[in-house]
Amino acid sequence: MTALAGTGTLLRFALRRDRVMIPVWVAVNALMVLTMPNTLEGLYGTPADRADLLRQLDTNASLRALTGPVFGDSLGALTAWRVGVYAGALAAVTSLLIVVRHTRDEEESGRQELIASGVVGRRASLTAALLAAGVANAVLALLVTAGLAGHGATGAVALGAGLGGVGMLFATTAAIVAQLTESARLARGLTAAVLGAAFVLRAAGDSAHGDGSSPLTWLSPLGWLENLRPFADERWWVLGLFAGAFALQAVIAYGLAGRRDVGLSFLPTRPGPASGRLGSTGALAWRLQRGAVTGWSIGFLLAGVVYGGLTDGAADLVRDNDKAREIFERMGGQSGLTDAFLASMIGMLGLIASLYIVGSVLRLHGEETSGRAEPVLANAVGRLRWAAGHLVIAFGGAALIMLLAGLGFVAGHGKEAGPILGACLVQLPAVWVIGGVAVLLHGAAPRLAPAAWGVAGAVLLIGWIGPALDAPQAVLDLSPFGHLPKLPGQAMAWGPVLVLSALAAALVAAGLAALRRRDTTT
Amino acid sequence: MTKAITVSGLHKSFGRTHALDGLDLEVESGEVHGFLGPNGAGKSTTIRVLLGLLRPDSGAARILGRDPWADAVEVHRRIAYVPGDVTLWRNLSGGEVIDLYGRLRGGLDPTRRAELLDRFELDPTKKGRTYSKGNRQKVALVAAFASDVDLFILDEPTSGLDPLMEEVFRRCVEEERARGRTILLSSHILSEVEELCDRVSIIRNGRTVETGSLADLRHLTRTSVTAELAGAPDGLARLPGVHDLDIQGNRVRLQVDTDKLDAVLRSLTTSGVRSLTSTPPTLEELFLRHYQGDEVTAR
Repeated sequence: MTALAGTGTLLRFALRRDRVMIPVWVAVNALMVLTMPNTLEGLYGTPADRADLLRQLDTNASLRALTGPVFGDSLGALTAWRVGVYAGALAAVTSLLIVVRHTRDEEESGRQELIASGVVGRRASLTAALLAAGVANAVLALLVTAGLAGHGATGAVALGAGLGGVGMLFATTAAIVAQLTESARLARGLTAAVLGAAFVLRAAGDSAHGDGSSPLTWLSPLGWLENLRPFADERWWVLGLFAGAFALQAVIAYGLAGRRDVGLSFLPTRPGPASGRLGSTGALAWRLQRGAVTGWSIGFLLAGVVYGGLTDGAADLVRDNDKAREIFERMGGQSGLTDAFLASMIGMLGLIASLYIVGSVLRLHGEETSGRAEPVLANAVGRLRWAAGHLVIAFGGAALIMLLAGLGFVAGHGKEAGPILGACLVQLPAVWVIGGVAVLLHGAAPRLAPAAWGVAGAVLLIGWIGPALDAPQAVLDLSPFGHLPKLPGQAMAWGPVLVLSALAAALVAAGLAALRRRDTTT
Repeated sequence: MTKAITVSGLHKSFGRTHALDGLDLEVESGEVHGFLGPNGAGKSTTIRVLLGLLRPDSGAARILGRDPWADAVEVHRRIAYVPGDVTLWRNLSGGEVIDLYGRLRGGLDPTRRAELLDRFELDPTKKGRTYSKGNRQKVALVAAFASDVDLFILDEPTSGLDPLMEEVFRRCVEEERARGRTILLSSHILSEVEELCDRVSIIRNGRTVETGSLADLRHLTRTSVTAELAGAPDGLARLPGVHDLDIQGNRVRLQVDTDKLDAVLRSLTTSGVRSLTSTPPTLEELFLRHYQGDEVTAR
């Protein structure tokens, strides 16, 4: 098989390049699944609790849209219900990142030419990328199977196989899309959009039917995963759907790959304007970031609408469960369940907004290390003005997406417009502090700038998992979000808000001062 | 004549690497100055200090009469820079980048821009990711030559250009020289430097080892002479400055220090000259002497 010559070498090379990325993604996913039985045990410990939950899910369509239907009251079945769809989506994201990284990314950067000139078959690169995704998904499936075997071996095998199946299916989806576009970024975006569509189809189908039997659900691979019914009388034949769809998509991907030239695509890049209107570093920064800002804005608006719409139903569900209510109150404050739910959901979006602000601030880092900043700074442009263009988008954009989330919540929830908007905006000082840390790192220690992702990740972990794990207050206090008043519901506390705002301003000022004084890096 | 660039005793270290070790450089206003040296000699570091991107550890640098670090923005209004390795934004067209750079510098001449696009045969509608290395360099060159500035700093600007485009580049440099502009040209293409530059500075290990006009520098090197004489040569070996003397019957080959050429010729004519070839030292020989010296010290 000369078409596959070199596949083994390329696979080893791919796994070596991904030696951090694959283990981290797989470990996070497996941890999310494997810690769930414990959490659920705490929430729904008694048969009465579980009967309540099942009854709620039967009548509460908006909740089913979030998590899918439940098919049994064992801890295993509840785990599959609670995390199955999300773990499947995470496995799909892992796969699409791996496959695009080793196919279209390589071609776009020009590295593929050098590789293809070696003793490498025409199909070797795509095969190696799919195999690398296969390794990641196989490890995930094994970890889930082994970790949940105590709750029922057949169910554990079914859930592991289903997660691996979703992952591999989206690996081939990414392989097809990577043939269509010349830009790796676009390939990732389009595959993620397919995944989003799969999620929406399943959500729509599940809100209509309580047993996953809607045709819409059957159109979505994420719907297949729940219809596999792990831990609840498994329907093994559903795995055949994954296998069939995988084979079909693989044939299409290889067919397309065999019909095109290296580096080219079926959707060629359109030419741009012969002359430009960009006239300032601010306009350039907006041009570079507008796509990301638009994406985040749409995402936050939709998330607001969805969570706002779910608020009343979710509050009903939680009302009857002491333990769950306690967690929500710890996250959202003790003042009426609806307000507590709103506060915890808005707080969660605030946490996620810190990912936005870190990504936006670190554009400065990307521009600098890629060598694109240097010729810009060789023009009549001061460093502060150059940095300001990106920072306005980072800090102003954070305000914009939180405001849009608030409008979404208001639209979805239909009442309490003022308090909800206030609750969204009160997140900003904490988001800005995280952005300020990124500015300071980029200014004072440019080589460490990517560590800002670690800071955002730590804050997310503290905010998400901390309350459920009963973490000590000292740990919760490490995150700036821990100091915010839990609006709506609690009284507004200006003290911490002003202190955090001042801290954010000081971090930005220190970062910019350091940026002015240091050498540029490449 | 005023100086466009003066650098003296410049030091810059990156960790344990001494990139610049007391570098001196003087560029007169209105001249094309060649900036030569092996890879890693410190050319790009010097240029980045001159652009105010790096702060020197010690030493003085003035560019257009100002401090490159403190007055960076003011200085940059009168400078155009072309990096050796041009990276563009993947989703911006070449035309957009040219106009952006021009506006950030304070405007560019649209007629000149159109003319340069035509001469460099550059398609401005292609996106950054689809340009080849040479075409990315053309984007930066068009942006530079279309702007009205006093000083051009060009860091190996032709390394990706084909010979035809190199020729276009040379004509552009000549035109700018005719307008009285100053150009600092870092390059490895010696024919280009020989053709374009009024003066050159050669640096090695972060230090300037030679500087002056090409004529000045040639005096430091040897001329090769091959002659066929009427009679046997006499007394050549005793003349000062003669090296590698090789006499076979009436044929003579030798190397002579260029400032001692006169005495050698006189000695040859006393024996009667039938034919004579004399090759002046090329920049390449000059260059090799310094580069090889570099290797020797490195060993």
